[in-house]
Amino acid sequence: MEAATVDQRTGAAPPKKKVTDRAKSERRLAYMLCAPAVITMLIVTGYPIVYAIYLSLQKYDLRFPSQKEFVGLANYGDVLTSSTWWSDVVHTLVITVFSVGIELVLGMAIALVMHRAIFGRGAVRVSVLIPYGIVTVVAAFTFRYAVDPASGFAQGTFLLSDTAAPLTQQTGSYAMIILTEVWKTTPFMALLLLAGLSLVPDELLEAAKVDGANAVQRFFRITLPLMKPAILVALLFRTLDAFRLFDTVFIQTSGANNTETVSILGYNVLINRVNIGLGSAVSVLVFICVILIAFFFVKVLGTSTAQQRGEEV
Amino acid sequence: MDVGRLAAFGAVCAVALAAGCGSGGSGGGVPTLNWYVFNEPSGGYEKSVANCNKQNKGRFKINYQRLPTDANQQRELVVRRLAAKDSSVDLVGMDVIWTAEFAGAGWIKPWTGARRTAAQKGKLIGPLRTVRFKGQVWGIPFTSNTQLLWYRKDLVPKPGPNFTWDQMISQAVKKGKAIEVQGNQYEGLTVWVNALVDGAGSSLVSQTGKVTASDFALKKAASIVKRLATSKAAPPGLGTNKEDEARLGFESGRSVYQVNYTFIYPSAAMVKSPKDFQKRIGWARYPRTVANLPSRPPLGGINIGVGAYGKHKALAFAAAECLAQPANQVLASTLGGLPPTTAATYNDPKVKKGFPFSALLRESINAAGPRPVEPAYSDVSLAIQKTFHPEDGVDPNSVVGQLKDRLDKAAKGKIF
Repeated sequence: MEAATVDQRTGAAPPKKKVTDRAKSERRLAYMLCAPAVITMLIVTGYPIVYAIYLSLQKYDLRFPSQKEFVGLANYGDVLTSSTWWSDVVHTLVITVFSVGIELVLGMAIALVMHRAIFGRGAVRVSVLIPYGIVTVVAAFTFRYAVDPASGFAQGTFLLSDTAAPLTQQTGSYAMIILTEVWKTTPFMALLLLAGLSLVPDELLEAAKVDGANAVQRFFRITLPLMKPAILVALLFRTLDAFRLFDTVFIQTSGANNTETVSILGYNVLINRVNIGLGSAVSVLVFICVILIAFFFVKVLGTSTAQQRGEEV
Repeated sequence: MDVGRLAAFGAVCAVALAAGCGSGGSGGGVPTLNWYVFNEPSGGYEKSVANCNKQNKGRFKINYQRLPTDANQQRELVVRRLAAKDSSVDLVGMDVIWTAEFAGAGWIKPWTGARRTAAQKGKLIGPLRTVRFKGQVWGIPFTSNTQLLWYRKDLVPKPGPNFTWDQMISQAVKKGKAIEVQGNQYEGLTVWVNALVDGAGSSLVSQTGKVTASDFALKKAASIVKRLATSKAAPPGLGTNKEDEARLGFESGRSVYQVNYTFIYPSAAMVKSPKDFQKRIGWARYPRTVANLPSRPPLGGINIGVGAYGKHKALAFAAAECLAQPANQVLASTLGGLPPTTAATYNDPKVKKGFPFSALLRESINAAGPRPVEPAYSDVSLAIQKTFHPEDGVDPNSVVGQLKDRLDKAAKGKIF
């Protein structure tokens, strides 16, 4: 190790072979350092994914074990040609777009408040984070019971009439699911955006102020563009989460009133109907959708950072 | 699941320890039989287990493994164990709708010879229909359940012998009050639809999953569901109400009729205002779908089956028989309000005291229309729920095609 360092220092143009040796040993070290993480990931995520793909190629229903056979991509064909899958994709996208959109706006407002809070910073941040610390299932039940026609505590207040039952209609169901999601995960969005906000240098804002830019101009022309990478990361995380939405829907409507999401469909087929083959195909398709979303975001993210760098140069 | 497993593991360890301690003195522990069944809140099941352990001291010891009270969750937990050939499942407390699925998959053992006779001895025909599948008997009926029509004696007249859903809806609308049903998209909705279809002289699907319901029966069922949901007699939250929401709605005084299980009767005694609420409740047989055919009330309950992968199957059969004995049925009935499956038990003074309506209960259980006994029952149920929910959007003209399409896809193992 020491010899290699000496070589490095003395040789102005060191012979290629020696550098390769050093690079080799460093690479070996890098592999060894990464190995535990890679092996763990392979065991805990790689194996289940591969196994799910393997199962999705079989006709395999736990209730009819004797009918098990290899069917290739037939399960995928079944899922992709069914109207249920596509309408569920639409339901999921509606919930995703609305909840992530509202969260972005609210999260930004909260992040600005947290960023600019002069006194009680800690208290403000902690209180904002409380909903995120509550288990999703608990939050979903709370909102469901709040609007329950027989015993709801929001019933008969200025919010809702005594006999309103939002979870029995489609619009009401979507509103409740999105409301729960927004309430629950806006703090997460705010936290990620707060990190982005702290990256915006104060000098830039002050310079703009001196140049006569008002608060709105400063926010849209300076703060937002500089925060773009942070915003995209926050949107990516939340979109991936929202697309896989299961618990809130399961508890509030279990997919009734056309609120069935792709994850609920997967649950119905895999756990309720114990059709392992078809259910695995649904799960793999959800996984592919998630990859597509991530790919889309990373591409947008990649181009945007490249643009930024281009501007800087 | 993890917690359950941990708990089960803990329980097994505890038993092993206890057996270990015991073996020091007596020289050999007794086999432990795990009975997976829902956590019966009154303690009736627990006392039954204790009784059998006492009666069979030195032969076996039954270990009460508590499952959630939600029927879907019970099934998910048990199915996962059985599909994984878990040898710890000696006895399963099966909801009446699981028999065909478990039997078809080979997860439970049939009752043959003398055992078959014992399992069926003195039982009501309703519960017996739920343990019979493909000419064999797959469990011993333990507790039963059925829905009655509950009405407000002080507000509406006593329903006549041919009382129909249509008459009931008209009567409630006239009074400006509601009818409580189970309309959430869950098993309870299947229970309602099945009773309506059976009441029209039809049945939903055969044991092989073929649609057997007549177009008339499906249309009639759909039109009743739709009429109630769009009438003034629809309670708030009809589309989300389960058994307990229905009970609460009835107790709040907003409704004059309710179809529900017997648990609502003891609960009515605890209503604070009016104080004599329980005395204002009358009961009648489940309403008819069509005037000229007797109603087929819903049927619930627990059958005890013997797991196919347990290590002590012979003992498990004996334990199941012991658990389901009439004395334990009396316990489950007096403590937990669960109606018995053995006909003679209804004459027991203790049972009669708990159920002032015991004769009606027995008649209803005997005349009940069980839900389909079919291996892919959960598919059938899901298809019915999706077709009949939301209730106010059900179209009697397209319901036949929709349901048949879904059931057809279910039978072929496709997405619906």
